[in-house]
Amino acid sequence: MSADTGISAGDTAWVLISAALVMLMVPGLAFFYGGLVRKKSTLNTLMMSMAALGIISVQWVVIGYSLAFSPGNPFIGGAHWAGFALVGANPNVSYAGTIPHLAFAAFQAMFAAITIALVSGAVVERMKFGVYLLFTLLWSTLIYDPLAHWVWGDGGWLHTLGALDFAGGTVVHISAGVSALVAAIMLGKRRDFGRAPLVPHNVPFTVLGAGLLWFGWFGFNAGSALAANGVAANAFVTTHTAAAAALTMWMVLDVIRNRHCTAVGAATGAVVGLVAITPAAGFVTPSAAIAIGVLAATASFFAMQARARTQLDDALDVFACHGVAGITGALLTGVFATKGVNAGGGDGWLAGNPHQMVVQLIAIVSTIVLAAVGTGVLLTVIKALGGLRISLADEIAGIDVTEHGERAYHGGDLGELAGGLGDSIVMSHANDDSRTAA
Amino acid sequence: MKLITCVIRPERVAAVKESLFRAGVTGITLSHVTGHGGEREVVEQYRGTSLVLEFHDKVKIEMACSEPFVEATIQAIVDAARTGEVGDGKIFVQPLERVVRIRTGETNNDALTPITANEVQARAQAEMPAVGA
Repeated sequence: MSADTGISAGDTAWVLISAALVMLMVPGLAFFYGGLVRKKSTLNTLMMSMAALGIISVQWVVIGYSLAFSPGNPFIGGAHWAGFALVGANPNVSYAGTIPHLAFAAFQAMFAAITIALVSGAVVERMKFGVYLLFTLLWSTLIYDPLAHWVWGDGGWLHTLGALDFAGGTVVHISAGVSALVAAIMLGKRRDFGRAPLVPHNVPFTVLGAGLLWFGWFGFNAGSALAANGVAANAFVTTHTAAAAALTMWMVLDVIRNRHCTAVGAATGAVVGLVAITPAAGFVTPSAAIAIGVLAATASFFAMQARARTQLDDALDVFACHGVAGITGALLTGVFATKGVNAGGGDGWLAGNPHQMVVQLIAIVSTIVLAAVGTGVLLTVIKALGGLRISLADEIAGIDVTEHGERAYHGGDLGELAGGLGDSIVMSHANDDSRTAA
Repeated sequence: MKLITCVIRPERVAAVKESLFRAGVTGITLSHVTGHGGEREVVEQYRGTSLVLEFHDKVKIEMACSEPFVEATIQAIVDAARTGEVGDGKIFVQPLERVVRIRTGETNNDALTPITANEVQARAQAEMPAVGA
C-alpha cells in the first residue's frame, strides 16, 4: 500500500481485471441473444449490444459518470465530473479508498453499457437501428444514471435509506427487465409472432454467450467488492453457486415439463441464477446462494411459460429473465443478508431484521416506477417524432439486410454457385476500369 | 431405361450407398428433401415455445438405370434402407426416354454406364462386408 495515496496494488489490479471481465459480458450477451433470434436478424441483434458498448462508454466519460456518481442531490449527481474532470489516479474515498478513482469509473462504465444492451433483447428483429441508438443514449442518461445515483451515489436517497444492492440487482437487472417489458409493449409484436415459428437459429451461440456471461459475472459481482478481499471471495463463491443451482433447477423443471433437458434452458437457467445473486452476492452465504438460485430459476421458468401463452412479444424474455429474477433476488437479499458475511453490509429478515424487507420493497418499487415511466415517456416521444419500427416489408426481408446492408451467413446456396455476388464485384471493377480508360 | 427415385432416411444413406455400389450402380444423385409420410410429428421445446415439426428430413436419391440393373437396384435399396418402422421411404420407377452424356455426346445405354463402374463395384465388394451375408 502506497503511503501517500492509500492505493492498494492488489485491489487496483482486481478492479481493473473485473472491469475487463464485465466488458466481455457485452459480446457474451450479444452471442446469447444472437443465437436466440432467426438467422436473418443475427447481425442486428449482435450490433444492438456492441453499439451500446460504443455509445454508452463515450456518454459515460462525457456526462454519464458525473450524473450517476458526482455529488449532487439525492436524485441525481452534478456535472462536476463531466468529461472525467477531477477523476484521476487518486482514490475517491466515498466509493473506493484503495483504488484510483479512474479504475472505479471504468468499472462502472461497463455496467452502464451492458444494462441498456440487456433491454435490446425485447425489441429484436423489428426496431429501427438509428432509433435504437438514440434510445440507448437517452435511456442511459435519463434513467440509468439517476437510478445508479439513487442506489449507489454518495447521498443517493435509496443509498441513504439502506437498500442492499451489492452489484446492481435493481440498477441493472430490474431496470433493464422492466424497461424491456415496456419497450416490447410499445413496439408491438413481430409480424410473424403467432404465425410462424420464432425459434433460435443457433443454440451453440446461446450456450457460448451464457458461458461468457457467467465468466464475466465474476468481475461484475466479485469486482463490486472494489477490493481483493474476503467480501470479493464471498461474492465470487455465491455468484458461482447461484448460477450452478439455477442451471440445475432449470434442468429439473425442463425434464418435468418437456421430458428433456434443453440446452437453451440450461443456458437461460445459468443467466437467471446470475441475475438473482447480483444484489445479494456480497451479503449472503454460499448456502443462501443455493436457495436464491433455485427460487429464482423456478420463478423465471414459470414466468417464461406464462409469457409464451400471451400476446406479449418480449422476444427474448428479458422481463422473465432479468425482471422476475432481479425482483426475486432483491427480495431474497432482504431475507438472507447477514453482517456475518459482510460487516459493511446489513442484516436481513433471517438475521433478525425484518425491516430490511420494507427497504428492499421500496427500492424495487421505485426502480420499477422510474424504469417503466421513463421508458414509456421516452419511447412515446420518439414514436411521435418518426416511429420505432422498420417497415413491414423490411421486417419480412430481414433486418440485417435492410438496416445494416449485410447478412450473417453467406455461401452454400445455389446463388453463390451461380455467381451473383462475384459477378457484381467483377462488374463494378470493369466499370471503374472503363471509366479510367475513357 | 428407367429413372429410379427413392426417398430414404438420412441415417440409412451410407448403407444404401454401399449396397448400390456393391450392386454395380455407381451413378447416383443425392438431395436433401423434406417431406411427410405417415410418421408421428416431432416436438421441439424452446423455453415456453413448442415447435411441432410435421415434416421430416429425408434424402432423395436419383439413378438412371439400364434395364438389366433395375431389379438389382431396387433390391439393393430395399435391403439397405429398411428398418421396419414407419418412415422408411418409397421407391418410384419411371420410364426414361433419352439419356445424353454431356462429355462425349453418347446416348442412352452407352451414356448410362460410368466408365469407372467395374472398378467401384470391385472395390465395394472387396472392402465392405456384404449386408446380411
